[in-house]
Amino acid sequence: MDGLHHLKDKVAVIGVGNTAYGSFPDVDEYGLASQAFRSAVAESGIDKNEIDGLLVCRIPYYARMGEVLGIDPRWTMTMPPHGRMSGMGIIEAVLALATGQAKYVALLYANIGRSRRVNYGGDESPSVWDSFGFTSPGAAHAMMFRRHMELYGTTTRQLAEVPVAFRYHAGLNPGAVMKKPFTIDDHESARPIVAPLRLLDYCLINDGAVCLILTTADRARDAKQKPVHISGFGGRDSFKQSAIANFNFNFWNDEVQDAGRQAYEMAGVSHADIDALMCYDNFSPTVLFSLEGLGFCPRGEAGRFVEGGTLRLGGKLPTNTDGGHLSNSYMQGWALNVEAVRQLRGDCGDRQVPDVEVVQYVQATPCSRSIIYTRR
Amino acid sequence: MNTPTGYSKPLPRLDPLFRPFWEHAQAGRLVVQTCDSCGDRHFPPSPICPVCNSDGQSWTPVSGRGTLESWIAFHRAYWSGFQPDLPYDVCLVRLAEGPLLVSNLLGGTEGAKLGAAVEVVFDHVTDTITLPKWKLIRPT
Repeated sequence: MDGLHHLKDKVAVIGVGNTAYGSFPDVDEYGLASQAFRSAVAESGIDKNEIDGLLVCRIPYYARMGEVLGIDPRWTMTMPPHGRMSGMGIIEAVLALATGQAKYVALLYANIGRSRRVNYGGDESPSVWDSFGFTSPGAAHAMMFRRHMELYGTTTRQLAEVPVAFRYHAGLNPGAVMKKPFTIDDHESARPIVAPLRLLDYCLINDGAVCLILTTADRARDAKQKPVHISGFGGRDSFKQSAIANFNFNFWNDEVQDAGRQAYEMAGVSHADIDALMCYDNFSPTVLFSLEGLGFCPRGEAGRFVEGGTLRLGGKLPTNTDGGHLSNSYMQGWALNVEAVRQLRGDCGDRQVPDVEVVQYVQATPCSRSIIYTRR
Repeated sequence: MNTPTGYSKPLPRLDPLFRPFWEHAQAGRLVVQTCDSCGDRHFPPSPICPVCNSDGQSWTPVSGRGTLESWIAFHRAYWSGFQPDLPYDVCLVRLAEGPLLVSNLLGGTEGAKLGAAVEVVFDHVTDTITLPKWKLIRPT
């Protein structure tokens, strides 16, 4: 996405909202998304009828969503329920706003996987490898982490630093699903799911919904909330080995590096400027891969980099201050982007990063993306 | 997914694209798709060559040798047929000819390390299906 530098700070987030997170068997995606939408609209201060752009993700039918909300947009986009669409969706919304296709875009995400007992493996996601019993995104990440252990000597105790830090953050977040702190030793003795990964390396599965409202920077000046600007973004996909789903032989290192470089260059910032990182954490190894890809540490060094609380509030690089997917809520990246906005507004209470000016979002996935948010 | 033989694990789908792979496996041959134009060898099969996008492709035998690129142990059964096998080992193998395959590692993981030599073992799981699996080549 080089050549988009003129879009720096041209779009801002003026409203965010989310439901409670948990198990809600009596509500569907539309019901949950509506709640998040109402919160986001209310805090933005705009009239919902001004919203003329709609992006939905993991919501079955965009038109039903528009019917429920009572809006007839000029621009609509629907995205599949894959855990990599938040970064892609937000970037698409920026482009729609920057090109005048819409004035206000509402991005909606809902997940009812908990109450409907989604497994994320087996017959739900058939693949070439089923007859060998190889299934689930967790297994693909276990496969990558074993390689990382072998190549670089990374240990499971180093890996534990990731979920331990995020659980600590969740304890400071009243809305988080899992708040009880645990130690590295607890991580080491947790039940293995697909070894070398254990239960505490796996993200939650919970119901909930998230909404973000974006508009152009000039319109954002009149918004009720202090606008948070989208200052940079970048992306790179990796599809050539998609037969092994959610897997990359080199940990998406090249792709995250490329996405990060585009985002840093567009925003005009570098690693030292990043006050907090929001890092897609479907499984704890993804965070190590992201740190190496972005260049916060050299390749292969992420295990050592995270030792001693680097990712905790007060550490060198506070990461996933809401608790992330591992402990706050599995909103597939959407809630992490909301947390970036709330940090920059100073709305985070006990988990607030002091003097925060620049927050980066990253997703190391088959569609790697990074977005840099700033306050002006 | 019970079969007349009582085999209760998922079986491969024999769609037109994949069928030759499983027919060759049944005959004790490990094959990959090879492009008639550029020679690229790939698995899984593809309707056109992913490198040069031409149509002509043939199934060609490979050596049955490769290197271990990763291994994991399932402690959870996503299909009930795997429950009695827990924990079971899954491996990632790079064929000597290039393509990456996922399969089962038989004979345990003792001595497993990145790049370790492995060889194919044909596991006749039903009358019609043979799964190519792998074992570490250990010094005798």
